[in-house]
Amino acid sequence: MQVPAPFEYARASSIDEALELLERLGPEARLVAGGHSLLPMMKLRLATPEHLIDINPLADELGYIREDGGDVRIGALTRHREILESDLLARRFPIVRDAEELIADPPVRNRGTIGGALCQADPSEDLSAVTAALGGVAVIRGGGGERVVEMEDFHQGPYETAVGDAEMLVEVRIPIRAHGGSAYEKVKRRTGDWATAAAGVALWLDGSDVAAAGIALSAVNPKNLRSTRAEDALVGRPPSEEAFAEAAALAAEDCEPIGDLRGPADYKRHLARELTHRALRRAAERALAS
Amino acid sequence: MAVADERPIGFGRLKRKEDPRFVRGQGNYVDDVNLPGMLHGAALRSPLAHARIVSVDTSAAQQHPKVRAVITGKDLEGLGLAWMPTLSADTQAVLATDKVRFQGQEVAFVVADDHYAARDALELIDVEYEPLPVVHDAHRALDPDAPVIRDDKEGQDSNHIFDWEAGDEGETDRVFEDADVVVVTQDVPFQRVHPAPLETCGSVADMNPVTGKLRLWCTTQAPHAHRTLYALVAGLPEHKIQVIAPDIGGGFGNKVPIYPGYVCSIVGSILTGKPVKWMEDRTENLTSTGFARDYLMSGRIAADRDGRIRALRVDVLADHGAFNATAQPTKYPAGFFHIFTGSYDLEAAYCTVKGVYTNKAPGGVAYRCSFRVTEAAYIVERMVDLLADELEIDPAELRLANFIRSDQFPYTTKTGWEYDSGDYHATMREAMRIAGYDELRREQAEKRARGEYMGIGVSFFTETVGAGPRAKMDIAGLGMADGAELRVHPTGKAVLRISVKTQGQGHETTFAQIVAEELGIPPEDVEVVHGDTDQTPFGLGTYGSRSTPVSGGATAMVARKVRERARQVAAAALEVAPDDLEWEKGRWFVKGDPEKGQTIQELALASHGALELPEGVEGHLDAVAVYDPPNLTYPCGAYICVVDVDPGTGEIKLRRFVAVDDCGVRINPMVVEGQIHGGLAEGVGIALMQQIAFDDQGNCLSGSFMDYLVPSSMEVPDWELGETVTPSPHHPFGAKGVGESANVGSPPAVVNAVVDALEPFGVRHVDMPVTPARVWQAMHPTDFVGGHRQG
Amino acid sequence: MQINLTVNGEPASAEAEPRTLLVHFLRDALRLTGTHWGCDTSNCGACVVLVDGEPVKSCTMLAAMADGHEVRTVEGLAHGAELDPVQQGFIEEHGLQCGFCTPGMMLTARALLDANPNPTDEEIKVAISGQICRCTGYKNIVAAVRWAAEHPQEVTA
Repeated sequence: MQVPAPFEYARASSIDEALELLERLGPEARLVAGGHSLLPMMKLRLATPEHLIDINPLADELGYIREDGGDVRIGALTRHREILESDLLARRFPIVRDAEELIADPPVRNRGTIGGALCQADPSEDLSAVTAALGGVAVIRGGGGERVVEMEDFHQGPYETAVGDAEMLVEVRIPIRAHGGSAYEKVKRRTGDWATAAAGVALWLDGSDVAAAGIALSAVNPKNLRSTRAEDALVGRPPSEEAFAEAAALAAEDCEPIGDLRGPADYKRHLARELTHRALRRAAERALAS
Repeated sequence: MAVADERPIGFGRLKRKEDPRFVRGQGNYVDDVNLPGMLHGAALRSPLAHARIVSVDTSAAQQHPKVRAVITGKDLEGLGLAWMPTLSADTQAVLATDKVRFQGQEVAFVVADDHYAARDALELIDVEYEPLPVVHDAHRALDPDAPVIRDDKEGQDSNHIFDWEAGDEGETDRVFEDADVVVVTQDVPFQRVHPAPLETCGSVADMNPVTGKLRLWCTTQAPHAHRTLYALVAGLPEHKIQVIAPDIGGGFGNKVPIYPGYVCSIVGSILTGKPVKWMEDRTENLTSTGFARDYLMSGRIAADRDGRIRALRVDVLADHGAFNATAQPTKYPAGFFHIFTGSYDLEAAYCTVKGVYTNKAPGGVAYRCSFRVTEAAYIVERMVDLLADELEIDPAELRLANFIRSDQFPYTTKTGWEYDSGDYHATMREAMRIAGYDELRREQAEKRARGEYMGIGVSFFTETVGAGPRAKMDIAGLGMADGAELRVHPTGKAVLRISVKTQGQGHETTFAQIVAEELGIPPEDVEVVHGDTDQTPFGLGTYGSRSTPVSGGATAMVARKVRERARQVAAAALEVAPDDLEWEKGRWFVKGDPEKGQTIQELALASHGALELPEGVEGHLDAVAVYDPPNLTYPCGAYICVVDVDPGTGEIKLRRFVAVDDCGVRINPMVVEGQIHGGLAEGVGIALMQQIAFDDQGNCLSGSFMDYLVPSSMEVPDWELGETVTPSPHHPFGAKGVGESANVGSPPAVVNAVVDALEPFGVRHVDMPVTPARVWQAMHPTDFVGGHRQG
Repeated sequence: MQINLTVNGEPASAEAEPRTLLVHFLRDALRLTGTHWGCDTSNCGACVVLVDGEPVKSCTMLAAMADGHEVRTVEGLAHGAELDPVQQGFIEEHGLQCGFCTPGMMLTARALLDANPNPTDEEIKVAISGQICRCTGYKNIVAAVRWAAEHPQEVTA
């Protein structure tokens, strides 16, 4: 088996300690939680940090899903499995369970965390699109305190996030709004594969019209795409097949897929439209039922 | 189906004897071997597909405190070991000397105290390369300006390896030119894939400097063949080489060749005086060990308008990679591809195969192919379906109208195969019955009317397996007869030593069952020994579905010899003439006086005891046999696949898969079914998701399971199996072998199903792997740029 | 560094580099070779063990991360001389051929049945979906787990 290059190992038993270690050890230090993004890269020697800071001891402190102050708050060390099994999230935001069922596989979900997934910022990563579509925010803590960043600003490019040196993501907050529905649609070549294309959609109704929409695509753009043009096309009108088609077409126009072994660019662009449309249909059904 | 209460003495469903140790985690695989003072090896590999080696600097690696040796091509050159022969009368570099010829080729070998240090040391070796133009496309390999890859071979001035043909070209042309026939032509490539057993390849070499004995634990399906080749190549005395294949975590043909890593581990052990373990990682396995297929085929099929198939011609461009290292009998550079006439009674047939070198890993014969039978079955079954589509005849009916009839056996094909037995119509109808074929077609019509797309794919295959007769077949000059030794102990228990090597096929159970069937000794009383060349008779190993046909034949023969010896002993014990004795399983008794008899256990004791035996009858109940099969065997099968296609995404759902196999007599139906389940999963993976892909610089794009996709539990349907039984008339107990059948028959069934689903869109063919992207492209021809697009 | 954990109910301790993966720690430092490995990219699942009762790919966990936790390997499935129902199920239903994926499959099955004593076939397939088998085509593995569900015994820890 391919194995990592040597490194120094430290364990943090508090958030402050983790931040202090990051500050002291500098940019050659990386946090590791579930390890299922970082360790594979280290085994292939695509990443060779000199120091690893194990923050798994923070699993109790940062592993939670709860309603608080009008949001659902998810701690950064919450495991994929906990997110999948959360009835609270399934009830409030069905898009979450839709997506988690299709993320990786069960043993990986037992270890991987939402923080690790979001911070790896792979353009095909699903929870980025999910939280962006839901209008979520990321809570980042550093030496100077906490700051809040909108999810679509959290992702700044492939493998690049708004988390700075000596900072860490501690929480994701998703605002609760009435009369909402959400859904995730994903095409992949096989269980456990990254998405060929995926669409995450959330709709909120005001009477019979769409009051707000979040449409975010995964795997078809260098950074997770929220298509505001598609969202705007839905607002102020009833959810209908015609509206969905229009919005889906705009979302597909707005993405920049790259052809690869999963498929050529035109196929992925087609999927962007198809999956956005299907996700809109399901999100609308759920919103109407709510 | 559980087998809780069945304990057959002989053939039947029997739980496996080897399972208790595996379920306790007490398997002994090569990476579990741990010897005192053992060191660890790792190979440095070329990042480039074609390049001259300017320099190799190992000084930094040699200074690593945990490194014990660093070996380069130059070092091996000094030992005469830089090149080794392949199983196809070519040569392959052990460590590159002048050039590297495929990405992933071995360039240097490090031996260190532990595995992690060996990996670290690889990064300390500095190799300077001068890139050369790359031949990545077999179609371009014979262009006049193509770089010559094998400039190491004297007289080699192109990338051409061989030309081969079978059948009658003139006769076939005549049929094609007949004014009344319909001719359908199609390119039908079989993409490069890889067997990817779950355990990678590896070895532990332990050369004892005092005794001069080399023990080599190795993931090999053919331990004796390896031993003999090491003796011939390395000049080591063959009686001083012991190859031990312990438990093997899957082979599927990937573990037949000798790989450079094995040779390097031996050299490492000789140099350091310590045991050296080498286990490749998964990337190395996928990018450097024996791939499978890569046959670029074109077919032409001719038939009368009423559906009588008249002739078939196939032309193949075979991509063999940088070294011709395919493993098949020497007279057959294209393996058994000339069985491409399939299960049909044809008037004429002809094929050509042209082998070429490219800058890719060597291989081609692997992955349960029965020596290219997978390629042959794929093209004939696609061509028959294309013909059915052209003639607007149901594909099952077209096959039934053209099968070789059961009264035509033994049947000699237009390319010289003598099929032993079969009842193709019965096998096909059984599959149609289990599938509910007519009902499926009705459902399909209803769904099409609603804009839903389901497909029903049919395939029928005849394989040729169980190589093979000495007169016709050898690999590297070694004949393909197999031996067996049987000893029955005084207390009636037995030990059977065989020359084949299981990698999961259950030989420890099934071969004991053969002895049980012939002698009546319960399988649990028969110890099966295999895999250790010091302990077992010579044979060419397990691949090509040959274990049951050949080694099983040898086992039956040796058991019958023991039975005959027992008859002599019984005659002496019962004081009758041998001819006055009759056999019922487990016992000789006096004809007409059944109370008067001796069990095999009693006879074992008697044969070891003081009983006076007549002249010419030796004591003990031991025997040796070498079985030279008179012919190959010809299993067949009918497969029906049902798919549902999502037209919006191109995704394919495999709804059902029906497989009716005829492998003659089944030793253990539970084991046979398991083999079929596994082969079906592999074939489905090949059809839908597997490809070893390259870019135009020869970079391998499928070097991990992230991109080389094999099916999980979620991608396979619930397999529905059936059987027919037409025993092989020449095999000692009528068995034909089944290990590869499912991999032969399933890819065409799946592809035929998808093409059938897409018929309303005018789709005639989709190349494998039939990914969702390709399905969607096929449905939208204006967006399809033809040929071999990525994805 | 010193790694201290509980393996199959017993304390286990050994020196290892920080980068030592849990799979190698189990196989090399503790000589528990029943846990296997088959890839470099955390896809194949041959290395699955139970960490605090949950299936985990031990090739994607540092031994250091398992320090202080409980690990169960295939060697800890049987109860002395008596096999666990999942082990018996794999024998009954021919759920293994080469045996290489089997330890991980059985541990996942054990964890599944502990949480869900009567899973559907679909739930079984999802539970093992992160683990590759190249031999069996999965049908008999599902049957083996179903057998274990239908034949539970008193299991003493």
